[in-house]
Order: sequence, then C-alpha cells, then structure tokens
Amino acid sequence: MSLNPSPRPPLSEAVASGPFESVERSAAKPAPAEAQPAVDGAVGYRRLLPVDWDRYLVRIGALLVAALGWHLASTYGFDFFVRFDNVPGPLVVGAEFLAQASSQEFYVHIFHSMQRIAMAYGLAVVLGVTLGVLMGRSRFAEDVILPYIEILRPIPAVAWIPLAILMMPTEQASIVFITFLGALFPIVINTVHGVEQTPKVLVRAARSLGASNAAILWHVVLPGALPSIVAGLAIGMGVAWFSLLAGEIISGQYGIGYFTWSAYTLVEYPKIIIGMLVIGGLGSLCTLLVRKACSPLLRWQTEGAKS
Amino acid sequence: MMPSQLTRAAVVEHPHSFRPRSAGGKGRISVRDLDIVFATGSGPQRAVASASLEIQPGEFVSLLGPSGCGKSTLMNSVAGFVKPTRGEVLLDGHSIVKPGPDRGMVFQQHSLFPWKTVKQNVAFGPLMAGAGAREAESVANTFLALVGLSRYANAFPTTLSGGMQQRVGIARALANYPSVLLMDEPFGALDAQTRSMMQENLLEIWGEFKNTVLFVTHDIDEAVFLSDRIVVMSASPGRIIADIPVRLPRPRTQELLTTPEFMALKRECLALIREQTLRAFEQQNQAG
Repeated sequence: MSLNPSPRPPLSEAVASGPFESVERSAAKPAPAEAQPAVDGAVGYRRLLPVDWDRYLVRIGALLVAALGWHLASTYGFDFFVRFDNVPGPLVVGAEFLAQASSQEFYVHIFHSMQRIAMAYGLAVVLGVTLGVLMGRSRFAEDVILPYIEILRPIPAVAWIPLAILMMPTEQASIVFITFLGALFPIVINTVHGVEQTPKVLVRAARSLGASNAAILWHVVLPGALPSIVAGLAIGMGVAWFSLLAGEIISGQYGIGYFTWSAYTLVEYPKIIIGMLVIGGLGSLCTLLVRKACSPLLRWQTEGAKS
Repeated sequence: MMPSQLTRAAVVEHPHSFRPRSAGGKGRISVRDLDIVFATGSGPQRAVASASLEIQPGEFVSLLGPSGCGKSTLMNSVAGFVKPTRGEVLLDGHSIVKPGPDRGMVFQQHSLFPWKTVKQNVAFGPLMAGAGAREAESVANTFLALVGLSRYANAFPTTLSGGMQQRVGIARALANYPSVLLMDEPFGALDAQTRSMMQENLLEIWGEFKNTVLFVTHDIDEAVFLSDRIVVMSASPGRIIADIPVRLPRPRTQELLTTPEFMALKRECLALIREQTLRAFEQQNQAG
C-alpha cells in the first residue's frame, strides 16, 4: 500500500526537474522517434493522475471481479458447501444503499459510531503513548505495567461486554470503554518497541552536545520512535472499529453495529451487507486519515529512503 | 568542493571569530593510572590497564592500536561515557564525571539525527547551550560554511554521502566551541579517496581552531599524517606501549606520504602494531 507522497528525484537533480520527470523519461525511451507526439499526449494525461495510477486501476479491477462473482453466485443460487441462495446480490444491496443514504437515520447511526471512536481513540492515544514511553524508558515502569498488558491484551472485546455493562455508569460509557481497550494495546506495544529501539549512538551524541534527559526524550527518543508509534496508531484505529462493533451489537440503540445487528434480527438481509461495507469503509478511511495526519512528521524517513 | 577557499570565505563572511572561545590554553587532558574493567558473561574483562597519558592544549594526538585493544574505551572515558574502575581522567584539572559540550564527539558513522535537517543537526549544540533559535541557526550556518556544506543545509542527513555526513558531524561537534575534539575512527567507514580528502580537510579546520584533538584509529598512515603524537596501545588489556612524537612540518599535504621521514615513522608504528595484532590473534585462538 503506497501512502507516501510521490517519489522525487535525488537532491542534485531536483532543481531542474519536476516530480514526474522519471515517469516521462521511462515512457519516452523505448518509443521510436516518429511516435514522439503520441507519447507526449500520454504524458499529458499522466500529469493529472496519481503517480501509481495503474496500480490503483488494478485494485479497483480486483474489487469489481469480486462484485461480479458475488452477482453471479447470488443470481444463479450458487450452493456448494457455501450457500448464496439467501444472499442478496450487489444490485439489490446497491438499491437499498441508495434508499438508506437518503434517510436521516442512517447518518445518525454513523454519527454515533464516529463519536464513540473519537472519544475512545483520543483517550487511547494519550494514555497509550504515555504508558509506552514510560515503559520504554524505565525498567521499573515496564515491570509494573507489562504484566497487566500481557494478561489483558489477549481478552477479546466481546468478553469485556458483561463486565463493562456491570461497571460503567452508562451504556455509552461501556461501549467507549470497550473500544478504548481495543485501541490501547497496539498503541502501547508499538510505542514501547519504538522507544526501546533508540540507537545508543544518537543518545551519546546528544549527551555530548549538552542535552538534558528531557531534551533527549524530546529530540531523540520520541522522533526515533515515531515510525513505530504511527504504525501502532494505525493498527489501533483498526482494532478500535473492531471493538466498537462488538460493543454496539450487544448494547446501544444507535451506531452502525447496532444497525447491522438489528437488520439481522429483523431479517433485512441487504441492510446487513450495507452495515458491513460501511464498517469496512469507515474503518479503512479512519486508518488512512491517521497515516496521512502523521506523514508530515515522517518526512525525514520517506526522503531518506529515496537516496 | 571543500578546500581552503571555502574555509577562508567562511571566516571572512561571518562576524563570529572561531578562536577566542576555543583556544586560550584550555583542553589539557590528563589520564592517570587508568584501569577500566567491564563485567561480561565470562567474568570481568580488563579493557584498559594502567594507562597514563598527558595531552597538552592544542595537541593533535592519535590513539593507535589493533581492533578491540581498548582505545575507544579510553576515549569514551575522556568523553564521560565510561567511568574509570581505578585511576582518574582530568580535563584542565577537573575530574571528568559525565559527557559535556566542552568535549565535542565525532563518531564513526550514523550519528546524525536522521529526523533533523543538516542545519538543525549543527544547531543542536548551541540550542542545548541556551542560544536562541536565531543565534543557533547563525552558528550552524557558519560551521556548515566551514565544512563546505551550506548548499545542503536543508537536506536530511540520509540523503548525503558518507563523507558529507562525517563533515556535518564535525561541524556539529565544533559548533559548541569545544576545547577538546574526540574522534572515534571518524573516517573508518569511508573509501580511501574520500578518507584522504577528509584528512586534509580536518587539518585545515583544526588549523582554524587549534583545539586539542584525540583521534582513535587503526590506520597507521592516518595517524602519522594527522598527529603531533601517536600513542600506541597493546592488545587487550589495552596498555600504552609507545608514545611516538611526529615532527613533520605543517601544513601537511598528500606529498608528505612518500617522504622518507614519513616512511620511517610508518615503519616504526607498523612493527609495533604487527606485534600486537599477532598477540591479539593468539589470544583469540586460545580463547576459541
């Protein structure tokens, strides 16, 4: 998955050439002299498209193939171990989606889910990074906190539901709590990992330049851990959605998980699939946003990788 | 790209004068009866054994020895990274207890902060010393001009070649106006051509500062070419086995490498080093 900004030529050449120079060169090279105008035309279109546009086409194509298979299977009632005769086809689901998209209630569900994600994820980021840095820097803190993390981490979100309902003052709080737990662990683990990997030579360099412990934390440890922290933030966002759904299915009266589950109990099959696809879409959209928001902080890494 | 015009230009262009804060008789290193013992899995290991050494302010001294002989450990004790097990290490009469900006450190490689631009790397020391952002930047510009890398001020270190990265490392260490420059095989990872360019360049820069330099290397040519004195260390435990003055005229250029005086010094070092390397081999064979 290429989320990096477009590759740039190395420093020395960057002055003269634009970011698409390399694409143009490779396109022009094999073409014979008389075909030059046609190649120029193609280059003109390419300027408007993202750099890896051909790979995006393949990805869209891959999804379309799956949709076609789904359509055929449900139209002809495919039935060999896996049964498609009760599964609505993509056209039925598409029509139902348009109907839902014009109803206000659909957006209320999405709004509630997004709100819970925002609260739970925000808490998980603050607490997760803080705990992770503490554990990475202090052996004592790690010895105190790690046993909790190791024991609690494998417990799936669904298993927390009864206790969350018993302990939390409101239904909303119990859903947010379950979502928060899901996001917390990958963030903590990745932060610890990143902090512990700080190169010793950089800490020494900073010390010999007169840096205090606080300055070393801010200028050396945190920036060095950032790639790992960002990976943890992205994974945490995915797990947050995963856990949110568990919470919303059992309790709650709004939210996209509730929407999906109530569609099942009311035997509205197209809505089940809409719910699932919306969860998948929103989950990956949020993950993408996290990565995009963090990418300016990692510019040093993407630039360095090019040389 | 790096030779003398640039160095001169930097001095003329910038109002900062390099000398007043650096020279002035500071930078005397005294190592007295130093023992450094590390605890390892197979029991305590003596890295440095009863080493004594006196380095005058403004002297360029190389520590020469086979790999693993404890020369880096000795330097690290001057840097303040390693505590003496016995004996003492003094800078201008004061015991060294921790690393500090009065001892600029240049490492072998990969020691620049990859998330900071070249200029931010060089400005780091002045910032830590309490300079304002603008002052630190101006100091960084001065020192980048000194090493001939002004063009790359806003590049990230990993986009630079190994030689350029080491020049940034030197600029960064000097930006604190240290009385001592500690260099731990700074050119060890460079190719031969770049290395000899860097050696000449270093001597030019040192000519501007005249601060004390302690230079760790296992390259005999490098030690003879650069130093006022070569301190030869034995295979482990590291003892000082010879202290050879290098009375070759300065400024030095590559032509020096083929003169009889240079050759004679080189032969002397070579014999000592070879003996120690053979000993180190035997030790390893016995251990294995």
